[in-house]
Amino acid sequence: MKYPVTYQEYQESLSRGEFVGLKCKKCGAILFPPMAVCRDCSGSELSPVSLSGKGRLRTFTVVRVAPEGRIPPYIVAMVELKEGPFVIGNLIGVDANEATMALMGQRVRLGSRPVKGDLYSAGDACALTFSLVE
Amino acid sequence: MREVAILGVAMTRFGISEKTNLEMFAEVGIGAIQESNLEPKDIEALFFGNCLGAFEEGQLHMAPFAHSELGLPISAPATRFESACATATVAIRHAALLVGAGVYDIAIAGGTERAAKMGTPLATRTFAMASQAQHESTAGITFPGVFAMAAHMYAEKYKVDLPVLKRHMAEVAVKNHYHGAMNPKAHFQKEIDVQTVLGSMMVADPLQLFDCCPFSDGAAAVVIAEANKARELVDKPVFIAGMGQASCGPLYLQKDITRVRAREEAIRQAYSQAGIGPGDVDVAELHDCFTIAEIMAIEGFGFYESGKGYDAASRGETRLGGKVVVNPSGGLKAKGHPIGATGAAQVTEIVEQLREESGARQVEGARVGLVDTLGGDLGTVCNIILTI
Repeated sequence: MKYPVTYQEYQESLSRGEFVGLKCKKCGAILFPPMAVCRDCSGSELSPVSLSGKGRLRTFTVVRVAPEGRIPPYIVAMVELKEGPFVIGNLIGVDANEATMALMGQRVRLGSRPVKGDLYSAGDACALTFSLVE
Repeated sequence: MREVAILGVAMTRFGISEKTNLEMFAEVGIGAIQESNLEPKDIEALFFGNCLGAFEEGQLHMAPFAHSELGLPISAPATRFESACATATVAIRHAALLVGAGVYDIAIAGGTERAAKMGTPLATRTFAMASQAQHESTAGITFPGVFAMAAHMYAEKYKVDLPVLKRHMAEVAVKNHYHGAMNPKAHFQKEIDVQTVLGSMMVADPLQLFDCCPFSDGAAAVVIAEANKARELVDKPVFIAGMGQASCGPLYLQKDITRVRAREEAIRQAYSQAGIGPGDVDVAELHDCFTIAEIMAIEGFGFYESGKGYDAASRGETRLGGKVVVNPSGGLKAKGHPIGATGAAQVTEIVEQLREESGARQVEGARVGLVDTLGGDLGTVCNIILTI
């Protein structure tokens, strides 16, 4: 078995501003980030597909006690992409101290930002970001 | 499967300890063996739980060292289990499976952890290692953050105003501290009120400090044996009537995080094996790592319909004397949460409740008890149903 789109390939696509997911040939589900088999039907015939980057914010928190190496406060959110997958990332462009339940359900646009690796991680990475759509 | 029972149980006081992981585990391991009227040479296998020894003490491969601390024979293999916060429950389940299958007649299982020793920044970082490293940890998610996101989603999904939900969540903490104040082994033995919770610092909106369990040090262990052997050895063996365990991937794949799919499957297995339903449970030790987590758990067990369990603590229904007593030990919230030991301490509490040894916090007439431990960001749940 060849891993369809590796983490490194996914990361490179993020740094180009693209959102590469996978489409399952068997059931049509979209997977993002890419993984080995379809989460819905275990299908292994998956082909790369470009995602719209559109979604809605489904929940969030403001992290005020951070892991070692992070500076709080910052907003972590879960977003439902237009194509179906949920993803976790940081809501940017909103003051963490102004975050309220009014954010729930808001339309967002996907982006990414570089994150420095720490002593315990495998190195620098691109993490997903969300920006509110006016 | 042969019938399996629990004999002796033991736990340290949970809290801040200067003892090593091995010292704490030796105390409870030897304690549980002695309470079972056994000697170390009688133990055929050790199922050992520890999560973060590498960060706490620079110690990997702790199981064989625990084995020699207990004086177990070389023929008894010692194996380390790691399922984040569900570690010890998973170890106990696997011990019970192998005793049930006839591979061993007598085994010991449990865990030890020095979570407090790490201090908050490193402990927060290492706990967050139980989130998916590439796609979740990069966003700086923390464990309070995971359950905070669940709380916001719960409020939105069930149309409960956030301040209302937060007040009911605070009542979960008040109830568990009330129970913990009666537990001489608890990390916090002090009652609090709703204002204590709502006036405490914000950790991850909407969770405040007193919505969260502490980082704790501690150890717990239980001895497991084939049921006939257990009846010969002790007066009140406690029987494992049903068990379940399920797995459910990273948080982002779970989508609706107000429901823990792994719990729904694990408890289905456990109820089915025990031949009981939610109405038969007298007492539960469940995974209240955060106040919202207790609400999610009582709904997951079917004690309450989804979206209807949030005010159970406020109505006194889960308190001592209520219709199903939840976390009489004080739960993770007040008893404490040394993650590798937590499940064994939950089993210890239920065993002592069923043997009517729980003193002021005794649940009158308890015959059926439920243990529930959740690991990681909802990825592992292990349930054990105990009867006497």
